[in-house]
Amino acid sequence: MSTLVLLLFTGLGLGALYFLVAAGLSLIYGLMGVLNFAHGAFLTLGAFTGWEMARRAGSDNWGVFLLSLVIGAAAGAAFAAFTEFVLIRRLYQRHIEQVLVTLGLSLAAVALFDGTWGTDPVYIQGPAWFKDTTDILGARVPNDRFVCIVAALLVLLALVFFLKKTRYGMIIRAGVENRSMVTALGIDVRKAFTLVFTIGGAAAGLGGVLASHYFGYVSPMLGGSLLIFAFIVTVIGGLGSLTGAAIAAVAVAVLQQFANFYLGGTGDFVVVLALALVLLFRPTGLLGRTA
Amino acid sequence: MSTAAERSATEAPPILRVEGLNARIAGQQVVEDVSFTVPATGITALLGRNGVGKTSTIKAIIGLIDRAGVVELAGERIEKEATFKIIQRGVGYVPEDREVFSELTVAENLRLAERDAAPRRQLVEELFPDLLARSGQMAGTLSGGQQQMVSLARALLNTNKILLVDEPTKGLAPKIVGEVAETLAEAARTVPILLVEQNLHVVRQLAEGVVVLSGGRVVHTGRALDFLDDARLIQRHLGVSSDTASHGETAAEPAQKGAAL
Ligand SMILES: Nc1ncnc2c1ncn2[C@@H]1O[C@H](COP(=O)(O)OP(=O)(O)OP(=O)(O)O)[C@@H](O)[C@H]1O
Ligand SMILES: [Mg+2]
Repeated sequence: MSTLVLLLFTGLGLGALYFLVAAGLSLIYGLMGVLNFAHGAFLTLGAFTGWEMARRAGSDNWGVFLLSLVIGAAAGAAFAAFTEFVLIRRLYQRHIEQVLVTLGLSLAAVALFDGTWGTDPVYIQGPAWFKDTTDILGARVPNDRFVCIVAALLVLLALVFFLKKTRYGMIIRAGVENRSMVTALGIDVRKAFTLVFTIGGAAAGLGGVLASHYFGYVSPMLGGSLLIFAFIVTVIGGLGSLTGAAIAAVAVAVLQQFANFYLGGTGDFVVVLALALVLLFRPTGLLGRTA
Repeated sequence: MSTAAERSATEAPPILRVEGLNARIAGQQVVEDVSFTVPATGITALLGRNGVGKTSTIKAIIGLIDRAGVVELAGERIEKEATFKIIQRGVGYVPEDREVFSELTVAENLRLAERDAAPRRQLVEELFPDLLARSGQMAGTLSGGQQQMVSLARALLNTNKILLVDEPTKGLAPKIVGEVAETLAEAARTVPILLVEQNLHVVRQLAEGVVVLSGGRVVHTGRALDFLDDARLIQRHLGVSSDTASHGETAAEPAQKGAAL
C-alpha cells in the first residue's frame, strides 16, 4: 500500500511538471498550429535563472524559493515572447520552417546553456522542508512532490480563469476553433499569439524551477527530456485542450511510474504504447475537437 | 424602393469598388479579373452557379485569401490591408455556413464581435429575442437557423459601411428564410449590403442590383429585376429555369415568361 501511495504522489508530481510544459505547447499548437520544439529551452532557461538567482541570494529559505519561481517564470516568458515576435511571427502558416526554426533554436539554446553553466548537472538545494517527508497512509512522500502538485494546480486554475473570464481568453478560445473568423470580426489575432507564447513560456519557466527541485539538479538537457513527454501528453490530451493536457499529464506520469516499478522499468515504453493506442482509436486525443 | 433612392444610388459614389480582382486558392485561380461596384445604398446580389467563386470573391475583398487587384472601400484602397483592419474600417461579414464559435456561448459570440464603443445590443435583442433567451447556450448546440441569427447579429452589432453576407438562407426552413430576408431588408435601410443568395425569390424581394459570376469572372451586371425577368439570362448564367431556382415556391412571373419563351 505504501509503495502504491508513494508511486502515485511521485507520478502526480511528475505529471504536474508535464502539465506545466504541455499547457503552453497545447495552446500554442491549438491557436497557431505551431509545433514549438523550443519549448524545452524556455523551461531550461527558467530553471537556470531561478537557480542562479537562488545561488546569489545565498540562502535556501522560502522567500528565495518563491522569488526564484517568479524569476524563472519571467525568464521563460521573456524568451518565449522574443521567440514569437522575432522568429515565429514571420513564419505563420509555414509549418516546415517553423519546425526547423524552433528545433534550431532549441539546439542553439542548449549550446548556449552549456557555454554559460557547463554541461554537468548542477545540484541544487531548496528549503529544507522539501527533502523532508510527509506520512500518507504509511508512505513517506518527499515534500517537493506536493510543491509541484500545488503549483501546477494553481497554474491550471489561473489559466482556466484567464481563458473563461477575460476578453483575451475568449479570443484565444475562439482562435483555437477558427482563427480566420476571429480576424474577420476585426480582431488582431497576432496579439493573442504573442500572449499565448508568453503565457506558455511563463508556465514552462515555472516548471523549470520546480523540475530542478523535483530532480535535485539543473542541466542543459532538462527541458529536452521533459519536452518529449510533454508532446506525448499534448497529443493524448487533444491538441489545443487545456483540460485534456491536465488529465493526460497525470495519466501519463502515473502510468510511467507504475510501469517503471511493477513492469521492470518499462515506463517510457508503456507511455509510447499508450500514445499509439490513442492515435489508433482516438486520433483527436482524449478531449480533442473532432474534425 | 422610391425612384429617388434609386437615383441617389446610381449617382452617389459606390461604397465598394472592385477592379481587376484576382485570387487563387492552392494554386488554382478562383477569382479572375473581377470588376464591379456596390452602390452606397440598398442590396446588391452576387449570383452564380455553385463553385463559380462567389465566396472566394468576398473572401478576397476582406483579405481572407491572397488577392491582387484594386479594392476600394468608401474611396480608400484596402487591398493591401490585413483582414482585421479592413473589418475595423466598417465591414460586417456574415460568412457562408455561419462560422459561429461552437464552443463559445451565444453571449460570448456576440461580445467577441463588438467593435464599437457603444455596440447596438438593444437592436440585436429586438431583432433576435430568441438569442437573448439562449445567451448562456453553447453556440454549437444551436439549430442552423439560430446559428444564422448569431452570425447576422455579430455583423449588426456594429456600425458598418457595408455588409458582406454570404448565403444567409442556405439550408433554412421557408419560415426562417422569410425572417432572414426581413432582417436584411431592415438592415439595408441603414447600410448597403453585398448579398450572395441562391434563392431567387429572396433576390427578387431584396436586391436592386445584381453582379453575376461564372468561372471566376463577371458575366453580367445590372438591375436585379431586369436580370430576374430574363429567363434566358437566368438559364445561361445560373443554369436553371427561374422557378426551380427559387426552391419550388409559388411560381413567380419570370417562370411564366420562361414558359412563354
Ligand atoms: N480551400 C480550397 N481549396 C481548393 N479549392 C477551393 C478551396 N475553396 C474553394 N475552392 C475552389 O474555388 C472555387 C470557387 O469556390 P467558391 O467557394 O468561391 O464558390 P461559390 O461560388 O461560393 O460556390 P457555392 O455557391 O457552392 O458556395 C471552386 O471551384 C472551389 O472548388
Ligand atoms: Mg459560396
